[in-house]
Amino acid sequence: MHEMSIACSVLEALEQEARRFPGGRILRVGLRVGELAGVDPESLEFCWEAAVRGTRWEPVSLEIERCARRQRCQSCGHEFPPAGDYACPACGSATTVFAGGDELELAHLEVEQDEPDWARTQSLERK
Amino acid sequence: MNRIGLERKVLNENDRLAAALRQRFEGNGVLCLNLISSPGAGKTTLLERTLESFDRSARVAVLTGDIQTDNDAARLARYGFPVRQITTAGACHLDARMIERGLEGWRLETLDLLFIENVGNLVCPSSYDLGEDAKVVLLSVTEGDDKPLKYPAIFFKSELMVLNKMDLLPYVPFDAQRAEENARCVHPGMEIVRVSCTGNLGLEDWFAWIANRRGRVVAARAARA
Repeated sequence: MHEMSIACSVLEALEQEARRFPGGRILRVGLRVGELAGVDPESLEFCWEAAVRGTRWEPVSLEIERCARRQRCQSCGHEFPPAGDYACPACGSATTVFAGGDELELAHLEVEQDEPDWARTQSLERK
Repeated sequence: MNRIGLERKVLNENDRLAAALRQRFEGNGVLCLNLISSPGAGKTTLLERTLESFDRSARVAVLTGDIQTDNDAARLARYGFPVRQITTAGACHLDARMIERGLEGWRLETLDLLFIENVGNLVCPSSYDLGEDAKVVLLSVTEGDDKPLKYPAIFFKSELMVLNKMDLLPYVPFDAQRAEENARCVHPGMEIVRVSCTGNLGLEDWFAWIANRRGRVVAARAARA
C-alpha cells in the first residue's frame, strides 16, 4: 500500500505546478496510470481524499486515466495492446517492443481563472 | 475553465535523486542490484549465500531495508562486509532518498558491488527507481506459480527472476515451468535462474549472472573514459 506516498507526491507536484497559476483555482488533476505502474487507482483516490482533507487542496479531485500495456512492432510500427501474445496483429512480426503501460504521470490540470489583462491582450493580438 | 496539459512524472523528485545515484554508481563502476520479493521468499538468505561466496577482499556492500528491526543487517554483517540497515518506520518500500542517506559516509570508489535488499513487498517497490543497474525479483516455490500474473509490474521491471527454494519443489503444488512461462508472458525474454539457498543448488548461475552484469558495468565505464 504505497498509494499514500503516491498521493503525497501528486500533492507536492500540484503545489509546484499551482505556482504557475497565481489567482487560479485548481479544480481537478488529471493523472495517467499504466496497468504496469503498480498503483491501484481506487486506493489512490481514497488516499488523495485523506491527503487533501483540511488543506486548501480539499476541493481538488483526481481524474485517473488507466493506460493499457502497449507493444510496438519493429517492422511496421503498429502499436497494439498485447493479448497473451506479443506478435504484431497487423503484420505478424514477432519482434515487438514495449511501448507503454507503466505511466505514472500528471497529465493535466483544470484551472478556473479570471483571465488576467495581459493574457487577454495577448490572445486578442494573436487573433 | 482551462484544461492545461502537463507532462510530468508523479515521482519526478524520486527519479531525479535516482538518476543522480545511477550516475554515481556508474561513475565508480559499482554494480547496484535492487532485490525485491514478497516477505519470506529468501532475499536475506540469498544474500548470505552470496556474501559467503566472496573472498574477504571483495569490494561489496549491502543496504537492507525493513519496516522495523535491524535483524537482517545483523545476519548479513557476519560476513565481514559493510552492511547498513534502513528502517523505514512503516513505509512499504525504499525510495531514492533513503538510499542516498543510507550511503552517507561510504566511499563508492571502494566498492564494486552494492546490493539493496528492498522491503518484502511485490507491489510498492516496483514504483521506485533507486538508481540500480537492475531490479532482481525473487519468487519462491512455496508461493503461487501465478504470482508473475498477479503482480505484473515487478516482474516486468525486473531483469532477472530468481526462483528460490527449489529443494522444496517435491513437497509443494508449484509448477516451476508454468511460473517461468508466466514470468515471460509478462516480460518476454526475462532471464531466470533456479536456486536453493539452503540446499546450495543453482547458486553458480546466480553468481555468473552477477559477474556478467558487473562486467558490463566495467566495460561501459571504460568506454566512457
